[in-house]
Amino acid sequence: MIRLRGVVKQYGKFVAVRGIDLDIARGELFGFLGPNGAGKTTTMRMIAGILPPTSGEIEIGGVNILKRPMQAKAKMGFIPDRPFVYDKLTGVEFLRFTAALYGQDGKAIESRIDELLEIFELAPWKHELTESYSHGMRQKLIIASALVHRPEAIVVDEPMVGLDPKSTRLLKTIFRRFVEKGGTVLMSTHTLEIIEGFCDRVGIISHGELVACGTIEELRTNASSSSAGMEELFLRLTGDHVEHNLDAVLG
Amino acid sequence: MWSTIWTPSLADLPIPPQPAFLTLTSPKWRSAWNRFRRAPANATPGRAALLSVAALLFFGIAFWFSWRVVTYFRNVPEIGQLLAAKLLSVALLAFTSILLLSNLVSALSTFFLAKDLDMLVASPVDWGRFYLAKLAETVIHSSWMVGLLSVPLLAAYGIAWHGGPLFPLIAIAALIPLAIVPAVIGAAVTLLLVNIFPARRARDVLGLLTVAAVGVVFILIRLAQPEQLAQPDGFHSLVDFIAVLRTPSHPLFPSEWASAMIMNWLIRTPDPLPILLLWTTAGAFIVMGAAMHLRLYSTGLGRAREGAEQFVRGTGWSKVVRRLLGRVDPMRREFILKDLKIFFRDSTQWSQLILVGVLVMVILFNIQALPLYSGEKVPVYLITLIAFLNQGLTGFVIAAVAARFIFPSISLEGRLLWLLRSSPLDPRAMLRSKYLVGVVPLVVLAFALTVTTNLLLKASFFMIVMGGATVVGYTLSVGGLALGIGTLFPQYDSENAAQIPTSFGGLVFMLLAVALLGVVIVLEAVPVTQYLRSSQLGGHGSIDAVGFAALTGATLIAIAVGVIPLRMAVRRLEALEA
Repeated sequence: MIRLRGVVKQYGKFVAVRGIDLDIARGELFGFLGPNGAGKTTTMRMIAGILPPTSGEIEIGGVNILKRPMQAKAKMGFIPDRPFVYDKLTGVEFLRFTAALYGQDGKAIESRIDELLEIFELAPWKHELTESYSHGMRQKLIIASALVHRPEAIVVDEPMVGLDPKSTRLLKTIFRRFVEKGGTVLMSTHTLEIIEGFCDRVGIISHGELVACGTIEELRTNASSSSAGMEELFLRLTGDHVEHNLDAVLG
Repeated sequence: MWSTIWTPSLADLPIPPQPAFLTLTSPKWRSAWNRFRRAPANATPGRAALLSVAALLFFGIAFWFSWRVVTYFRNVPEIGQLLAAKLLSVALLAFTSILLLSNLVSALSTFFLAKDLDMLVASPVDWGRFYLAKLAETVIHSSWMVGLLSVPLLAAYGIAWHGGPLFPLIAIAALIPLAIVPAVIGAAVTLLLVNIFPARRARDVLGLLTVAAVGVVFILIRLAQPEQLAQPDGFHSLVDFIAVLRTPSHPLFPSEWASAMIMNWLIRTPDPLPILLLWTTAGAFIVMGAAMHLRLYSTGLGRAREGAEQFVRGTGWSKVVRRLLGRVDPMRREFILKDLKIFFRDSTQWSQLILVGVLVMVILFNIQALPLYSGEKVPVYLITLIAFLNQGLTGFVIAAVAARFIFPSISLEGRLLWLLRSSPLDPRAMLRSKYLVGVVPLVVLAFALTVTTNLLLKASFFMIVMGGATVVGYTLSVGGLALGIGTLFPQYDSENAAQIPTSFGGLVFMLLAVALLGVVIVLEAVPVTQYLRSSQLGGHGSIDAVGFAALTGATLIAIAVGVIPLRMAVRRLEALEA
């Protein structure tokens, strides 16, 4: 469903992403992990069609995003790391607008908006301006907006930040049901527990390179540490396991 | 319900139907409508009344002034109509220049820095529709104020020439293409610069754009040579003067066509050429702008949004300032340094200093161009009167600069106030630092401007000293007022410093600052008049007790206006729950 071949992103002399190859199948929930500044967000923005890659190919559902951007984007719902909602629109107005961006309007979309608002427990506030929403409510509205046009794939950067446990559980259920129905989710997160119990496969990116990719068990085998916890595994694979002497700092 | 919600359509979608232009722009107009509709819940009747009175007063005065000028011109025998046409052409040229400048700034914001870009670019919206929607946003952002400013002037023309009920439509039809052309130019120039300049520097492009636009505006104004019209004596004959009036200053400029379109309607001359020129040019510009957008936007957006600047400016001078402030306690010193660094590293803030520079140049140029010493000897009282008016003008400039740079300073701390309030930093120290950073450069500007203009006017030594002292005192007071009112009416959520002074608090500040200016000038007129009278009578110039009382009154009022809001601000900050 999502296919990357030799994707490179270069800013002047700085290479942010170094030739990533990646295949994510339909019905798969793929977790994207990496230290800060490793190139996760840049990669996701290229997949979403916001940043053009310096070289390489990206396909969404067999459609090349550079050659046929509109068809490729129509298959996708993107949730950026710093999502934006128009403060002076109500929740329902915002969802109506995002549906229109994907060419959908009319009665069908109105009832879908109502269903989404109901599921995300935003219905009581649907006619309130989003400026009065809490961070979690905004996050839920953004996720609803990514689903409103029935995408085939969802690309989501740090979706759980700011959500309470109940909403986190809801989101996990939604993503799981989505992939069970044949959808694809590419999700980046720093929450290792979520990755371990939730994602079908994991890709770890470090210094712009995909240093590991597979199921958690495969990663453990590759790292030769079958009993390592997720945190230990992550630090080993990214080479960030250097211990700092904290006594001097905290003393 | 789950199955209906989460079943994706797996069919290979064709290009999705495109949203209508109205839908694509709906977040903007719907937001404006929601803001307007829900405003009464937030706004107090007092605020609304104050704003309405201020707006009515402004439009009333602007209309009255425009109407007087237009009817005066209209009634000049033989050449009245030509003079009025020339005036309209110069006014529209000035409007176009302002539009060019503001479009350059707006285009960078709407096309490259807006927060909704990720969402829009990630959606399957056709590039042409995206371009038109963003262009419309740019046009509206940059032109609404010029549009409002043109209302009193055009209303004066319409009434003076009996333009009829259709005249507003004609004026709008002339102004729309006039607003489109600079917007397309602004978007295209921004697009080019964002593509040319190295990555991570999009905001710096703004500074360059402003400098470029200021240069263009200056050239345009010089080309128009408006001072010629004020000196008909300089022409060899009336025929020469009429020839200048008849010749369009810039025959290829849209402002000239817009002016011709409006005047043709008013004097009942059927001529479709200006209308055709205006609208076809606007159309052609949109097509050319769209072609550029298709070719360059994707790369430009990537470059503009590559993240924060990697290199850091201002390490050299900050060491010098740090050394200069060596004796100041570290907390206050670091606060001052932080404010200075942020100011100079954010080009959206410092680039407006260029506009202040242009304003100063315009004032100096106008003072120098006054025909005071070209003919007969001018009486001293006239020079003093002009020096006084100049003092008022300088005071107004200082108030405007304080509104832009000092008023927003507490609001700009915005979301970081928790850090300042949770640290042991005394609110007084914070306000004192902000006061110093804002007021010191302003005092230098005010003093230099007043002394220079008075020297150009060849004003008396007494007036130079008086003017210098007054403007320094006024600036110290207005600085405190700006900081105080800015703290009392904060806009913590605003991310654009330039928008903060346009808030209700900004209006309150400007009203108080102008009122203080008026009071100071009126009170100062007493000792100045006494001094001049006694000088004219052959004495050395003296001031009696009443004069001293007026001077003392002005000083005390200025101190009160500066200090009281600051004290209130300290209390507000101490009580603030960040």
